[in-house]
Amino acid sequence: MTGARVMNGQAVTRHFRAERRDVGSHFFAALTGLSTLFILCILAVILINITWNGWQGLSWRFITTIPKKDFFDISTTGVLPMIVGTTIRVFVMTFFVLPVGVITAIYLTEYAPVRSPVTRIIRGAVNNLAGVPSIVFGLFGLGFFINFIGHHMDTILRSPEPTWSHPSILWASLTLAVMTLPVVIVATEESLRAIPMGLREASLALGATKLETIIKVVLPQALPGIMTGGILAVSRAAGEVAPILFTGVAYYMADLPKRLTDQFMDLGYHVFVLSTQSPNIEQTRPILYATVIVLLALTFALNVTAVLIRARVRKRLRALG
Amino acid sequence: MQKVSVARKRTIGWMGVHRGHRARPLEWLAEKLIFLVSLSAIVVILLIFLFVAREAMPIFLGQMNSALVLPTIPVEEIDKVGPEELRRYLGLTKKQFAEMDRDTLKTLMEVRIEAQVEIPPQFREDKDARINTTEWRYLLKPHQWTGYDRPVYIWQPIGWIKKYNIIPLLIGSVKPTLVGLLFATPLAIGAAIYVSQLAGDRTRELVKPAIELLSGIPSVVIGFFALLVMASVLQSLFRYEVRLNAFVAGIALGIAVIPIVFSISEDALTSVPRSYTQAALALGASRWQTAYQIVLPAALPGVFAAVVLGFGRAIGETMIVLMICSASVVSWNIFESARGITTTIAAEMAEAVTGGHHYRILFMLGALLFAVTFLSNLAGDIIIHRLKAKLEGKK
Repeated sequence: MTGARVMNGQAVTRHFRAERRDVGSHFFAALTGLSTLFILCILAVILINITWNGWQGLSWRFITTIPKKDFFDISTTGVLPMIVGTTIRVFVMTFFVLPVGVITAIYLTEYAPVRSPVTRIIRGAVNNLAGVPSIVFGLFGLGFFINFIGHHMDTILRSPEPTWSHPSILWASLTLAVMTLPVVIVATEESLRAIPMGLREASLALGATKLETIIKVVLPQALPGIMTGGILAVSRAAGEVAPILFTGVAYYMADLPKRLTDQFMDLGYHVFVLSTQSPNIEQTRPILYATVIVLLALTFALNVTAVLIRARVRKRLRALG
Repeated sequence: MQKVSVARKRTIGWMGVHRGHRARPLEWLAEKLIFLVSLSAIVVILLIFLFVAREAMPIFLGQMNSALVLPTIPVEEIDKVGPEELRRYLGLTKKQFAEMDRDTLKTLMEVRIEAQVEIPPQFREDKDARINTTEWRYLLKPHQWTGYDRPVYIWQPIGWIKKYNIIPLLIGSVKPTLVGLLFATPLAIGAAIYVSQLAGDRTRELVKPAIELLSGIPSVVIGFFALLVMASVLQSLFRYEVRLNAFVAGIALGIAVIPIVFSISEDALTSVPRSYTQAALALGASRWQTAYQIVLPAALPGVFAAVVLGFGRAIGETMIVLMICSASVVSWNIFESARGITTTIAAEMAEAVTGGHHYRILFMLGALLFAVTFLSNLAGDIIIHRLKAKLEGKK
């Protein structure tokens, strides 16, 4: 379609000439520029509003206090258990998702035949998994991990009371691991592709087997990219609330979680609770802003690191052509 | 892509035995293991489908009965009914039934009778009390419930007679999604055209990380921002009555969807071969004319795919809609509230009894949502794949 338009040179030239003096051209170009500007403005407004309002409520005491049951009071409330809960669930998740994601990426770049249907299906599944709504992951966690695996574990281990078949850090982390699998796979694959073919060929030519080449040559080179994948997964998972709604989060807990089978409090969920369950939104506003700023700081610090590392990987990829 | 295949040709034979080489069983085993692990994504998709559908299965098969008034069997007649009939009567699974002794069964029968006795008389006499509301016709078609003067679509999972019509939820999901797409698509595609075709390198280096940052904002934060700031601002601008409505939710959804639509359409626009642009510019076209008449048509399937994927993201978004509109109103008016599928699942799952009809219906909604997003993702993926193959083939 386009090819024909380009090839039919005469028609195209005449068409363009006719439009040359047209102000419309400039107008529309400006319009696209404006829409870019508008998006940047949205981002700026959100960030500035949150930082501006959040700064005042933020204090060392706020970050290090375990709140009482009524956490809507600014003078006594704190977010320590939420920070702890979010951090733990995210690290447990990384422990599960990183090996699986990295190995899948290794298969896709190093072993998979280029045009085989299996490769195509794996890629399709990875892309599709990235688009599954987070609430569906929550349902999956409830139906699979808690009501199926947890239930059977309780039966097999003969637990006196339900230990595994109820929401916990473990099940929430596993649910998030399933959700962030595509993030890790895509980032690792990108970094593996950025490694020059020559390195692999040199290693193979020196007599190393393929596995040795991957472990000793390819993986060390890909480390920054794998880290990016891990960090992106962590920053994505840190802010997700929907998947943990039924799989582990608690409205309130008096103590910090001690075991993986405990429930936990969570920053994102706390933002949701504060903004929808508050008896008086005007009084809760400072706490709410301060909590949001802690959550954003956590996800953004991770995100910016990942973006920086990835920019370096991409530069190398571009240098390779 | 082509370069990598050089190494791939070195495959090893069955169990690592290859003519003219030493046997490498370890190498062979590692390759097989890596292959098995790489199937995880496929396995996960299948498991999600399997387990969400499994919990919803009784609804699809019509095995649930949510009628308020049910026939009762006196406890003394426990031996007169067959075990299979008794199991169905008590609504137990085969395994649960096998584990229970006679006394437990008797207690369950008593509980059942007591539950029936507790129903207030005016509800027991209700014409709708004997209806199984989980049947498809009550899920999809309007019904004239007692106290209503005409057939209505209604979702009301609490109260004596549970009403599970899912049409209000479908409308509630589609309404903010459409507003969000109408808001996000022009902006995101405009920005993608600008960044990929018209802007200089420096602008690009600024805009792309900024949009990545936008995509890094958790949806609960966007929801919070919309609730506390945007809702009031938009209300004073457009002067509608209900402060929290589908319109506010839609704009907030739009903000969440902009990054995905932007990055996919930008990717598609960039993958149009340089020669197209150069040819157009050489023929005297301006930058905008090249972008609009040459590059955009060539990348159009990719841009379309971006919108499809954006739709999938928007309709599955939970926290934003949960925070902004959760009141159930059946109306296409965007300035009224709406309760969508995701909101309903998130808000009601905690109070639904595991294995009960409410629980099963929520899983059925989840399966429906999964099916819709699965298809839109698949469509988007296939379109992009074809476009890439076409553009690469023409190089």
